[in-house]
Amino acid sequence: MAKITASVYTSHVPAIGAAMDLGKTQEPYWQKVFAGYDFSKQWMKDNTPDVIFLVYNDHATAFSLDMIPTFAIGTAAEFAVADEGWGPRPVPKVVGHPDLASHIAQSVIQQDFDLTIVNKMDVDHGLTVPLSVMFGERDPVKGAWPCPVIPFAVNVVQYPVPSGKRCFQLGQAIRRAVESYDQPLKVQIWGTGGMSHQLQGPRAGLINKEWDNAFLDQLIADPAGLAEKPHIEYVREAGSEGIELVMWLIARGAMSDVAGTGPAPKVAHRFYHVPASNTAVGHLILENQ
Amino acid sequence: MSLDKPYLDVPGTTIFDAEQSRKGYWLNQFCMSLMKAENRARFKANERAYLDEWAMTEDQKQAVLARDLNRCIALGGNIYFLAKIGSTDGKSFQQMAGSMTGMTEEEYRDMMISGGRSAEGNRYVGEDGDAQAHRQPQGKAGKKESA
Repeated sequence: MAKITASVYTSHVPAIGAAMDLGKTQEPYWQKVFAGYDFSKQWMKDNTPDVIFLVYNDHATAFSLDMIPTFAIGTAAEFAVADEGWGPRPVPKVVGHPDLASHIAQSVIQQDFDLTIVNKMDVDHGLTVPLSVMFGERDPVKGAWPCPVIPFAVNVVQYPVPSGKRCFQLGQAIRRAVESYDQPLKVQIWGTGGMSHQLQGPRAGLINKEWDNAFLDQLIADPAGLAEKPHIEYVREAGSEGIELVMWLIARGAMSDVAGTGPAPKVAHRFYHVPASNTAVGHLILENQ
Repeated sequence: MSLDKPYLDVPGTTIFDAEQSRKGYWLNQFCMSLMKAENRARFKANERAYLDEWAMTEDQKQAVLARDLNRCIALGGNIYFLAKIGSTDGKSFQQMAGSMTGMTEEEYRDMMISGGRSAEGNRYVGEDGDAQAHRQPQGKAGKKESA
């Protein structure tokens, strides 16, 4: 049977990807950001999964205002890297896992979560920046990501985004779906986006270190309590784009302690830094025990 | 029954809800078109003519031509869509976000390096934080005006 071995949480700031693509990682400004991922790159080498289930949001890239799915699962064999307006990032295409993705889609829908199934979708920085920070630079043509990735896009662009509670319950459904897959695959689930940031209006640039760190503490120790936090608190305390953090609750909900089948996860790594561009960078690795 | 909008009392912030989305539909769809290199080239060659191909209001077109992102947002634009205009202009997200505060690029960058904008005084309309309406524009631009 497949199982979820660990969850990874990270911001997906586009400027972090741009810093890697433009060879700026050694500049003092960026060194402080990338230092937080040194451990993670080694950890990824030591703990490469068979598949990554990657929760992220599309930033008006694959989904315009024509269609706004709340939860969309990518079931394609591969996903092209999007041109978001600056030209596509020079990173490898993303290879999917159609069989597991379709299995999860069927299982999760039968658990009453009405997912949108997507067979053609370009992926933007929300998905590729987490891969870059965790795996390091990869040649766009000769290189490849070390394992297949199932993209899972959440609407956090148009209000209302799904509640933290719904996201947390969805994570639990995803765990049950993975565990009912009859191949012995090691699956990691990643929750991305955040932490505090606001990209619009006179309040742009808002950062709330205390709130972010309390969020990390509670995500580790009391995710069910954290899932009760209403939208408005994210907006008021962590900025209008800080709402992306609800996606971390999907990954956290998929851990075995939530299901009561395992102890609290091991905190393998924790990192927090301000700023990367407009954003507070948060990063956690939790291992199922 | 009207929709519950608990976010209207957050200063300096417009939540992109269904109403904003309806208002800004063509503005945002115009922005989406800039994801194609050939459309970016056509837009740059003659911005007004390109905008006239879209069912946008005159106010929306003027706001785009002026690169007034706050105005674009008031007229239904969403930052992730509007970012396509910025990328067409070769601007980063930080330059775009900073432009909405009145601060210079350097002032905004320095604010971020020193830990970003505090939430203190910026949680509710009517407090005295730097994002409140009575304290706009910020940075040197604001000082100039009050002098």
